[in-house]
Amino acid sequence: MRYIPNSPDERAEMLRQIGVSSTENLFDSVPGDLRLRGPLNVPSALSELELLKKFDAMADRNDAARRISFLGAGAYSHYTPTIVDHLISRSEFLTAYTPYQPEISQGTLQAIFEFQTLVCQLTGMDIANASMYDGSTAMAEAVLMAERVTHRSKVIASSAIHPEYLDVAHTYVQHAGIELQHSPYDSESGATSPDSLTGLDDKTAAVVVQSPNFFGCIEDIQALSDKVHAVGALLIVVVTEAVSFGLLRSPGACGADIVVAEGQSFGVPLSFGGPYVGLFATREKYARQIPGRLVGEAYDEKGRRGFVLTLATREQHIRREKATSNICTNEGLIALAATIYLETMGPRGIAEAAGQCTQKAHYAARRISGVEGFSLPFSAPFFNEFVVRAPVEAALLLATLARERGIDGGIALSRYDASRPNDFLVCVTETNTREQIDALVESLS
Amino acid sequence: MISKVTTHLSHNEQLIFERSQPGRAGFSLPPLDVDEAALDEIIPRQFQRDDNLTGMPEVTEVDVIRHFTRMSTWNYSIDQGMYPLGSCTMKYNSRLNEKVARIAGFANLHPLASEAEAQGALQVIYELQQYLAEITGLPGISLQPAAGAHGEMTGVMIIRAFIDARDGKEKSAQRRTMLIPDSAHGTNPASAHLSGFTVKTIKSTAEGLTDLDHLRELCGHGDVAGLMLTNPNTLGLFERNIREICDIVHNAGGLVYMDGANMNALVGVARPGDMGVDVIHLNLHKTFSTPHGGGGPGSGPCCCTKELERFLPVPRIVAQTSVCDSATDPKNEHRLKSVPLRLDFNHPQSIGRVKAFYGNYGMMLRALAYILTHGRDGLREATEAAVLNARYIAYGLVSDYEKPFDSPPMHEVVFTDKKQSRKGVHTLDIAKRLIDYGFHPMTIYFPLIVSGAMLIEPTESVGRQELDQFIDAMRSIAREALEDPELVLNAPHSTRIGRLDEAAAARKPVLRWKPKMSGKEPLAVGRA
Repeated sequence: MRYIPNSPDERAEMLRQIGVSSTENLFDSVPGDLRLRGPLNVPSALSELELLKKFDAMADRNDAARRISFLGAGAYSHYTPTIVDHLISRSEFLTAYTPYQPEISQGTLQAIFEFQTLVCQLTGMDIANASMYDGSTAMAEAVLMAERVTHRSKVIASSAIHPEYLDVAHTYVQHAGIELQHSPYDSESGATSPDSLTGLDDKTAAVVVQSPNFFGCIEDIQALSDKVHAVGALLIVVVTEAVSFGLLRSPGACGADIVVAEGQSFGVPLSFGGPYVGLFATREKYARQIPGRLVGEAYDEKGRRGFVLTLATREQHIRREKATSNICTNEGLIALAATIYLETMGPRGIAEAAGQCTQKAHYAARRISGVEGFSLPFSAPFFNEFVVRAPVEAALLLATLARERGIDGGIALSRYDASRPNDFLVCVTETNTREQIDALVESLS
Repeated sequence: MISKVTTHLSHNEQLIFERSQPGRAGFSLPPLDVDEAALDEIIPRQFQRDDNLTGMPEVTEVDVIRHFTRMSTWNYSIDQGMYPLGSCTMKYNSRLNEKVARIAGFANLHPLASEAEAQGALQVIYELQQYLAEITGLPGISLQPAAGAHGEMTGVMIIRAFIDARDGKEKSAQRRTMLIPDSAHGTNPASAHLSGFTVKTIKSTAEGLTDLDHLRELCGHGDVAGLMLTNPNTLGLFERNIREICDIVHNAGGLVYMDGANMNALVGVARPGDMGVDVIHLNLHKTFSTPHGGGGPGSGPCCCTKELERFLPVPRIVAQTSVCDSATDPKNEHRLKSVPLRLDFNHPQSIGRVKAFYGNYGMMLRALAYILTHGRDGLREATEAAVLNARYIAYGLVSDYEKPFDSPPMHEVVFTDKKQSRKGVHTLDIAKRLIDYGFHPMTIYFPLIVSGAMLIEPTESVGRQELDQFIDAMRSIAREALEDPELVLNAPHSTRIGRLDEAAAARKPVLRWKPKMSGKEPLAVGRA
């Protein structure tokens, strides 16, 4: 095996040296009747050439990866500067562990400190952690944190949140003594109405909204925040399309108490759903309630600046069952990718990408709504995703479009909500050309 | 004279925010190619950002490349040398697997693409499930959990769901105790707590194994839902009474969860499913060599018995028609390719979803490539080589460091600082001094039950010369602790920065850069 440095002869020599008579004897502490008698039922080893051929053949069967795509809903195609993958592929970042020894991990630690700072700047919050698994689990952790902060147990989530995020939150809270309720969105506007939040009272720990929401609609976070704070609850804002931070007022500036986001838009490949990276930001006063790792500034004896993992007394390896979360390994390398993306794009690059998303999506929406039989059922302002109502069943229409035109035109909402058979969600980003948008419009006609 | 494994570089590099120059930019986008609408007409002004993202850095592509390349030189990594963090399994991360994960047909595939158009991606998941089932002896698999702790949470929730379904709501409320040995990873109790369990701690024996009498006593009250056990345990010892342990817990009405963090000591040698374990998580980023990336991403598949399968997270990835062992039987491989695979949501007893989409898919690709590259013989060979390396270190250090347990270790070995602490030299100092010899330190002060623990896991990815170098370094440090303790106490001496004041950092945490920090004060000057 080419990944094992010691040759069979060297291993035999080592065995002799330590006084073990055979390889099998290395496992003497495993009772004989528990040991496998034959080899595993796994094929024999593939060479490098054979392996690549096998994976290339499997990849070829993913037709969707080659299509013109207008798919979004929590995973987005964006421009990624070439240097992102180059830099995260460096051995020193790729093959390092969690930075437990700061003297020889300053590269990772400083990068995380920069990541935390960038997340604060984008979200308009005071502090951010070193990352969560993804947006969905970050949202679930935010709900758990709200209970810790308020000592209240009711959480109200807008039903215009990504359905898979809501599912994850339900899984996380099912044994945590938290009652997770849904508040319906306004079926005219597609947004969550601040005046009709159902169940909001002084037993409410938090209200959770996504903006832009699952349907692409921008929520009025300021108005929601006023309502939520009036009863002493926290406002949790979820963002799945992080490029929107480049154009939309930050949740922090609108009064959010916890902001969580999916960071995949920041230079991370779609990769069939992961690994992505969860962003988690909050107010400074909640620093000791935040889940996950934090990196802070520190100095050595000579006054030289460095960075360390800090406030570890919140974490599982010290606090055990009283920890703020069970999270240990997070998404370090993906957070690094997001950091490199954001620093390369800079404030103008993010704003430009966000602006192009908005303009192209609105161009597409204008053109599609002009096609006979098609309409836009929601009236709220949107960023780069919008719902289209088709004159026929959306799932069938989209399958035909893919097969005959090679276009993935959107996501049929019937996947999540059977009561919306004709609706589909279209996402347009800066990577979609006018030609592609026109092709979509033409194929719908 | 001990030669160094690696040197630690010391380029200076400011925070990117301190390097920012107005007007610099590193991005490249084509001009907008659609008719532009007035922004205020499509997005009301009150929803628009008005801070120009002030504070975000303005730098060029060259700045970014140099910034991160310089910072990278401050990191130790597996590719530079042995990284013997016990329990973390820092083995070689194959570049072939990186290449596989970047194949466009996977990297550009949207998770909500239709099943029919993502058959290759589903095949990867399906095949990996089959192999993990074979390796663990547990047929029910979910690849959805994103890391080890996430897999633990999933496994413990499955136990909870099983007991709730078996006993009914009222009766199951009596069973809310999760037993966890005192040597366990901290994630175990934290995960148990998330699932609504109260943790009771089982003692370890002087031999370093689970105390069976204590286990029996704790199992005698009818309140035990399960046991979370790491095997080999965190002392590197195989729990040879595992079958009896499982019997005790099962007879008391509970289930056995195995923390699979140390599964790399067992692959091809023994299977948890054959030991009586009900549910386990694996760490693809440990046993199956997906890179740690400075703290993730990981992947923590959850594997369980047939009986528990119905509680696994949804969606599950299944073959349209039921085919058994098609992936593992080479004769059937052509058949598998023709069987459409699909997402199966129809499991009403499922604990639910634990993550959006299907898990850390990129890690699954790498793990499958690892398994196929090794093949059946290579998988076992890796296990043997890893255990041999650990035994070689145990043998090499036993005369200089206290080895608190006599039994021969599996893939990792624990020592203590007992001999050195007489001179005031403690585990932390030994670890820091090891850096001067060019190694990454071992895991320190874990497991918690061993005072001054040093947990060493070489993995199979280290050759004999480097093992000898490591042993020499450790023995040299032992000598220094006797002859020149100050040298060890003030280590490291060879790094860009010295030991950082972590207590001060936690007292007044500075968790982000703010403009006032940059000022005009030169870098590398302390706080006033």
